Amino acid sequence: MEHEITLVVNGTARRVRVPARRLLSDCLRHDLGLTGTHVGCEHGVCGCCTVLLEGRPVRSCLTFAVTVDGAEITTVEGLAGSDGRLSAVQRAFAECHGLQCGFCTPGFLCTVTALLADNPVPTDDEVIEGISGNLCRCTGYQNIVKAVHRAAELRAEET
Amino acid sequence: MKPPPFEYHAPRDLGAALRTLAEVDGKVLAGGQSLIPMLNMRLAAPAHLVDINRVGGLGASEVTPEGVRVGALARHAEVERAAAHPLLTRALKLVAHPVIRNRGTVVGSLVHADPAAELPAVLAVLGGSVRAARWDTAGGGPVLREVPAEEFFVGPMESALGPDELAVSAFFPALPEGSGAAFEEVSRRHGDYALAGVCAVVTVGADGAARARAACVGVGAGPVVVDLGELGPVRRAGWKAAAALVREATDPEEDIHATAAYRRHLVGVLAERALRNAAREGAAARGA
Repeated sequence: MEHEITLVVNGTARRVRVPARRLLSDCLRHDLGLTGTHVGCEHGVCGCCTVLLEGRPVRSCLTFAVTVDGAEITTVEGLAGSDGRLSAVQRAFAECHGLQCGFCTPGFLCTVTALLADNPVPTDDEVIEGISGNLCRCTGYQNIVKAVHRAAELRAEET
Repeated sequence: MKPPPFEYHAPRDLGAALRTLAEVDGKVLAGGQSLIPMLNMRLAAPAHLVDINRVGGLGASEVTPEGVRVGALARHAEVERAAAHPLLTRALKLVAHPVIRNRGTVVGSLVHADPAAELPAVLAVLGGSVRAARWDTAGGGPVLREVPAEEFFVGPMESALGPDELAVSAFFPALPEGSGAAFEEVSRRHGDYALAGVCAVVTVGADGAARARAACVGVGAGPVVVDLGELGPVRRAGWKAAAALVREATDPEEDIHATAAYRRHLVGVLAERALRNAAREGAAARGA
């Protein structure tokens, strides 16, 4: 049986029919064509599929689309401004080489966006705790940690 | 992988949720941070899923001098931020990662009853309880019962809840006056389930005498609770011997992550650390 649901994705209400077992990650990618959200392990370990649900980062592979009917969701596609200018977090990742292959990056960007909204000037320990649920197999994390601190600076400059 | 198909129920109130559970052989979905991985890996394939996320009134927590009652939909992160109970708050920081805690629920962790999980041990060491509700079809109304922690954790991944029951809240009793608490664990990676862990509560009486209770995770079929009783003056208590008693009470199993002997060794080390830290905090709280 299919269910008709509405998700407010990146500010736009999207109506979609999905079976109950459709994971939010698959709904975003397959039903809505938003392939920026990546799917790594599908059991909550890698963090690639992290999106913002009502502003809080969650695993979209551990959430059913039907459960979040009516909710507001932000994916990596929604982080940049409406004029296409990258967000502070996105620019910091580019500037600090916080990515190599880029597969894990959408998850990191969503996680870090929420982290800095909560805690605008995190310490090193808070950054490491904050990103501990996201795996990166390329960078060795050093540049990601640098990017988070740089993003905090950029955000501070802009407000 | 993808979850197997199931029939989906999304009740709007508690009565509807309980009636559904009385009618069908359903699995309850709250935060889904343990259940959905099990579905994705096809370790579980329930015919019916009862999603309680829209049931009103289950998200609230209530703090009284007696303790904290946590509603079935209270997320780990909310309860952690509320910081209403020192041991619960400390344990929550050890549960998976912050992103998982945004969605996972405290009561869900209890019902999941993973022997390596922190929250069952916290409920057990405090002597808390879980409130279960079911629909009485003959009477046409909900029936509640309070299940004490020592009866709630039946075995690995098994709680005392009946198939038609819903855990609506859990009660974590406040620490007695003059108490300190600690949670110590060792895991292979930050955020993983622990190889072994020990939480301890040490209560220092007005006479300066210490009483201690500990609960271990990852080394038995459920939380292993050891009531160490009266241990003499807090400053001269024999924590090493007490930790040895905790260690002897556990019967760890071997798996690919650690041998049974290593786990037992860890319990001894962690128990002593937890007891000493809890005692220090208890002594400070008592002003001893």
